[in-house]
Amino acid sequence: MHELALTENLLEITLKHATAAGAKKVKQLNIVIGQLSSVVDESVQFYWDFVAKDTIAEEAELHFERIPATFRCHNCRAEFSLNGQPDFLCPHCQSVQVEVIGGNEFRLDSIDIE
Amino acid sequence: MPRIPVVENIMQANQVLAAELRQRLDAAGVVGLNLMASPGAGKTSFIIGTVNRLQHKARMGYVDGDIETTLDAERIAELGLPVVQINTGGSCHLDANMLGPALNELPLDELDLMLVENVGNLICPANFELGTHLNVLIASVPEGDDKPYKYPPMYRGVDVLILNKIDLLPYIPFKVDYFLRGVEILNPQLTTFQVSALHGDGMDEWANWLAAQLL
Repeated sequence: MHELALTENLLEITLKHATAAGAKKVKQLNIVIGQLSSVVDESVQFYWDFVAKDTIAEEAELHFERIPATFRCHNCRAEFSLNGQPDFLCPHCQSVQVEVIGGNEFRLDSIDIE
Repeated sequence: MPRIPVVENIMQANQVLAAELRQRLDAAGVVGLNLMASPGAGKTSFIIGTVNRLQHKARMGYVDGDIETTLDAERIAELGLPVVQINTGGSCHLDANMLGPALNELPLDELDLMLVENVGNLICPANFELGTHLNVLIASVPEGDDKPYKYPPMYRGVDVLILNKIDLLPYIPFKVDYFLRGVEILNPQLTTFQVSALHGDGMDEWANWLAAQLL
């Protein structure tokens, strides 16, 4: 449900940059979504079709780059991704000394216009 | 087809507004608390326990975010606090845009502490900063010890974690070590309290800690 508010923000940012660049149409949005951002790209797509209607971004395709939640182990220096495991232990050495190093992203990287 | 670089956080509009609200609170000398939890974690009981312990030390106001009802706000109003209700009408979280008008309804210059009870939900509120100084997550024993692993964004974005209903630990298979390990990995800076809001265990420690943040 929170994706509706997020998608409205996404449209606002898109139109601001498209208008500033003198675009006639927005063809594609390049969006980066981290696994730890709790944003579902299918929901963003669903709401986009409603909120972007009758704007110059109406026909834009949403391209999602998904960034996995990534951890680094302080013990053996291994880096590993979150993949449904029931705990966050290092899969190589079982250490609990791990930290999150990626996966919080939720941003619009660029737009393709004509 | 030209590509225009944007590189803008999609939450930026909310973050800008949240920063403005925080400046208003700072100017009035009010510390803002954003209390988040799943439905039934004991948010309202916890707030009542907190208010009872701080009422001689701090002047408090309360903002209730709820989808439909005013049930929680009525319980808190009985304690004599200024209360503002925000009904989100279906939305699963509060955002800075909703909290702004609520601040106009509170006598901020007469307050030391503002308690915001967010909508009961472990997912959506994590995305929306309110401009409060402390984000507090109330987890509870009956929800299970795997919640940090299942809802990492919420555990990652908070400053204080309350583990509530510890009086139920003898009856529920809840491994505190396993729970706290996930919490620690996601959020090493987190301040944690284990309490029973209903029976009072741990509530004095929490209230004293909070009172110290107001000085």
